Amino acid sequence: MRELPQWVDVIVVPVVSLLLAAVISALVILAIGEDPVLALQTMVSGALGSSYGWGYTLYYTTNFIFTGLAVSVAFQARLFNIGGEGQAMVGGLGLALACLYLPLPHWILALPVAMLAAFIFGAAWAALPAWLQARRGSHVVITTIMFNFIAAALLNYLLVNALRPPDSMDPATAQFPGGTHLPTLADLFAVFGIGFAKSAPVNVSLIVALAACFGVWLLMWRTRLGFALRAYGNSETAASYAGISPYRMIMVAMLISGGLSGCMAINNVMGEAERLVLNATEGAGFIGIAVALMGRSHPVGVILAALLFGFLFQGGAELALWTSIPRELIVVIQALVILFTGALDNMVRGGIGFVRDVAHTLREAPERQGKG
Amino acid sequence: MAKLTNWRVMAFVAGLGMAGAAGADPALVFDLGGKFDKSFNEAAYSGAQRWVSETGGSYREIEMQSEAQREQALRRLAETGSNPIVMTGFAFGNVLNEVAPDYPDTKFVIIDMVVEQPNVRSVVFQEHEGSYLVGMLAAMASRSGTVGFIGGMDIPLIRKFACGYVQGARAVNPDAVIIQNMTGTTPAAWNDPVKGSELARAQIAQGADVIYAAAGGTGVGVLQTAADEGILSIGVDSNQNHLHPGKVLTSMLKRVDNAVYNALSQGKAVESGFFVMGLANGGVGYALDEHNEALITADMQATVDEATDSIAGGALVVHDYMSDNACPVE
Repeated sequence: MRELPQWVDVIVVPVVSLLLAAVISALVILAIGEDPVLALQTMVSGALGSSYGWGYTLYYTTNFIFTGLAVSVAFQARLFNIGGEGQAMVGGLGLALACLYLPLPHWILALPVAMLAAFIFGAAWAALPAWLQARRGSHVVITTIMFNFIAAALLNYLLVNALRPPDSMDPATAQFPGGTHLPTLADLFAVFGIGFAKSAPVNVSLIVALAACFGVWLLMWRTRLGFALRAYGNSETAASYAGISPYRMIMVAMLISGGLSGCMAINNVMGEAERLVLNATEGAGFIGIAVALMGRSHPVGVILAALLFGFLFQGGAELALWTSIPRELIVVIQALVILFTGALDNMVRGGIGFVRDVAHTLREAPERQGKG
Repeated sequence: MAKLTNWRVMAFVAGLGMAGAAGADPALVFDLGGKFDKSFNEAAYSGAQRWVSETGGSYREIEMQSEAQREQALRRLAETGSNPIVMTGFAFGNVLNEVAPDYPDTKFVIIDMVVEQPNVRSVVFQEHEGSYLVGMLAAMASRSGTVGFIGGMDIPLIRKFACGYVQGARAVNPDAVIIQNMTGTTPAAWNDPVKGSELARAQIAQGADVIYAAAGGTGVGVLQTAADEGILSIGVDSNQNHLHPGKVLTSMLKRVDNAVYNALSQGKAVESGFFVMGLANGGVGYALDEHNEALITADMQATVDEATDSIAGGALVVHDYMSDNACPVE
């Protein structure tokens, strides 16, 4: 089998994977006695059929762009950062501390300051696993997973014992001061006279997330550091021979990765809840892994994959809201998409290659006969 | 089936952004644990089912899957005309405080949290009083003098349960040893029966022979292990005595079902304001039925009933952890 052309690899393979996932999901929905066509319609109209639906879809998308970018930066250096969840939690902590205790009168000021705090805290949470990997060879997959639990415990302790307002039962910080309120997309669109659903949580963080994608692209493909990171990822021995320090590459990749995960907090903590709640990240750190895998660790791919998962989350919520399809099944559908686009990627790729080879042979066969 | 079709039509109407379709059914929103957690949410569900079977009415229900969904669900239900909208769990508090003023004609009922809005009914329970009673029962039933407590997450609400339990146990046995454990630090702690089972084993190894589980779905594992190991357990929120007849000492009842039932029965006319459900008005209590009557002796019952009366009458005050974020006993 020859190598597939790039457009097949980038477009056809993911689309076929999605179709397969959709077909199997449809069969599962049929098996529990529901109507798959109606389910799809509910998902599409709920997630994309109104500015309200888009508002939620893009809100989730923003989360996934940050965590997806985080995973893909580390992945370029062949480091599998599974700690996005914990890094995003600790990033949220840094952001909450900045929003609560620094005088930030306006969001123009609050956003960069809070984002910097989130980045630093997220990066700090990735620093120790990175150092352990670089100096001690402790596998980063294991240590980052463990750090997720440590982050959850730390956050739980701080929210219950230190940051919770004394009269509140809810383990969450106080509401952030009004100056830190980020404008929603509805506010931004209103400037241009375009109407957009007011209650949707999507906010200016989406634009920051897209800017971060561009920044990561610049870094990885247009700078010396990015080249060094990718060189290290492709071959550690070759990179070392060329004078690239593996220690430095591991630290840099993981710090950027952790920082990007931490930055997710500007969307879910600062943009949506406007306070830090216990369950703020909700697995977005893990979804980021699927997003990075599906997006081929490229910023453009990450945006598209994040949009897909944003659609699945919002569409899934609509399914739960408006049909009697149980919520467990929605998880099944999301899992099928991850399975096909991530884990079974080679199966689809091989299948497409096989079909093409057969078509090729069939096309050539009559020609040969003619010659004979 | 007709009802279902109607919902679907509404789904599309709502999906197209044309809010305001007529639908006067009440709605019930379950918190993240899911409606079949054998505990808190399920109590709400059974209250709603009782209302359905008695009145033949119908209601809409939603199980939360993410934090951002809370506001979405409330707004969508309000916009499509559900009234009243009942929600379970303190986590809805902040969101409801923002959403309620936007829908002045819709009544909201929130359980476990106080939201001060004119169209909100806040129902809170005196869990410490019920926990006090089961703490007394635990200490009386214990032969080793060591009893256990397994909570879900270390949050104020669960400390409130634990504090009442410890006070009750100490009231009948001042020397009682109370082992306390929390299941975890992530929301998965509310639904981790395997971990609950491990913790129960660990407490049994330390001598506990009655264990009180206040941990949502995790408690199922605690009760199972206690039954397997031949010790007693105490269920929470719903009556869980039937799960292991003769092995569950009692259950701390938190009558969320009554709160939901009352809200649905009163419908749109549901009275707003602040309601405290304690021992005095039957909001909390302990379960006594055919599954555990052999375990509760007449003496035990008399002692507990006496305490019930003095708490209800105000003569005995059980310290509420929430009042000062501290527990006088360990």
